[in-house]
Amino acid sequence: MEGTMHIAAEVCSETGVESSPRGPGCSLRHFACEQNLLSRPDGSAAFLQGDTSVLAGVYGPAEVKVSKEIFNKATLEVILRPKIGLPGVAEKSRERLIRNTCEAVVLGALHPRTSITVVLQVVSDAGSLLACCLNAACMALVDAGIPMRALFCGITCALDSDGTLVLDPTAKQEKEARAVLTFALDSVDRKLLMSNTKGIYSDAELQQCLAAAQTASQHVFRFYRESLQRRYSKS
Amino acid sequence: MAEPKLVVVESLPGCRARAARTVLGQVVLPGEELLLPEQEETDGPGVAGERPLRLNAAVCSRLRVVCGPGLRRCGDRLLVTKCGRLRHKESGSGSSGGIYWVDSQQKRYVPVKGDHVIGIVTAKSGDIFKVDVGGSEPASLSYLAFEGATKRNRPNVQVGDLIYGQFVVANKDMEPEMVCIDSCGRANGMGVIGQDGLLFKVTLGLIRKLLAPDCEIIQEVGKLYPLEIVFGMNGRIWVKAKTIQQTLILANILEACEHMTTDQRKQIFARLAEC
Repeated sequence: MEGTMHIAAEVCSETGVESSPRGPGCSLRHFACEQNLLSRPDGSAAFLQGDTSVLAGVYGPAEVKVSKEIFNKATLEVILRPKIGLPGVAEKSRERLIRNTCEAVVLGALHPRTSITVVLQVVSDAGSLLACCLNAACMALVDAGIPMRALFCGITCALDSDGTLVLDPTAKQEKEARAVLTFALDSVDRKLLMSNTKGIYSDAELQQCLAAAQTASQHVFRFYRESLQRRYSKS
Repeated sequence: MAEPKLVVVESLPGCRARAARTVLGQVVLPGEELLLPEQEETDGPGVAGERPLRLNAAVCSRLRVVCGPGLRRCGDRLLVTKCGRLRHKESGSGSSGGIYWVDSQQKRYVPVKGDHVIGIVTAKSGDIFKVDVGGSEPASLSYLAFEGATKRNRPNVQVGDLIYGQFVVANKDMEPEMVCIDSCGRANGMGVIGQDGLLFKVTLGLIRKLLAPDCEIIQEVGKLYPLEIVFGMNGRIWVKAKTIQQTLILANILEACEHMTTDQRKQIFARLAEC
């Protein structure tokens, strides 16, 4: 399969369009993932969802400044850089959401007084950005070999004005929607780790979106498994 | 506006815990739980297939199993914490169940007691040297931890020197400490690594592969040129051959053999042996 000698390992794994059995409105866009593509970070991954693409790099467990060290667990830091311009308040808020999700999953108690840094770079934004960032961060943490108690994934739902649910919306669908909800779910019991919502929706609609997201997350976790199996089968 | 619908959440099939024996050699993901093998009934008075009745039915004796890298104990099950292939090794004495571990590919080293590593001296403060081993903290090395070193006879170690030593203290709560002598006080190959040569970094998995007992790569490399080579478990390799060009060729081969198949490697060696 590898005709020429590659010094840097680049494992590319792709999958086709995954659609849930419900209907045309509840399908996820084509997604793809590439791991170990950067040579300097300890772990790296690029995650593509349709046209949205995020590159993630993980450094750790590494040295930490004495002012930031925590005596009994690892200090997790997330840095999110937008495609253009300087990082602003929206990036800071997304960084905090991603950091809280990662802290719930990473076993920081195994590496006290160290720092684990996740750096995310937005390569292109075409809707569902926070979910794509979560997926890229998860794959990069796995690539770096950071001990985790579960995997996690991000799913975005959009509710438009007549109550139709769209999973993995594009930028246009997000703009026209009445509410956009992003959930982070873990791989063991599909439990909710993080939710970020914007807009107007009712209680029942929230439960409906959560159920749809839990069903869709099966496809994402199956994709993670296939892509990691492909990576380890090449060695 | 749609009226609130009755939402029925389908019961999603969670990851059922699988027996560790059935998953050997397969890729496991963080979050999976593995069941340990139950103890075999060695001597039963009855016919094969019958199990002797026990008074305390709740207790089910299990084998003593060692949890290696990538696995944590969770109740009476094993929780996988890293992604990789599950491996098992039987212990020498048949009484315990052996050791299970996950073979993962990593670049960052975490100090482990007993590992032999190559470090770079970064500072000299009083009686100890600070040595960078690639982990989260620099390790400390006392000047008395060299063969034949006394308070009057200090070892000749400068900042920037390469040291080959082993860890005596390495856990998550304390600063790692290394020494360059073994338990009998002899150097046994450890100490300051000599002049010249080239130090380069590879992944931890490649080092383990090269240090496996029956590794062909090292034998083939040895037949190519006369060389000196030191492997550190922290992913660092120091190599020295007669000329700079040979040293660079060896470094490139070792870095590349992670991604080459056996045939490609043999081709490369054959081509190099000609010239």
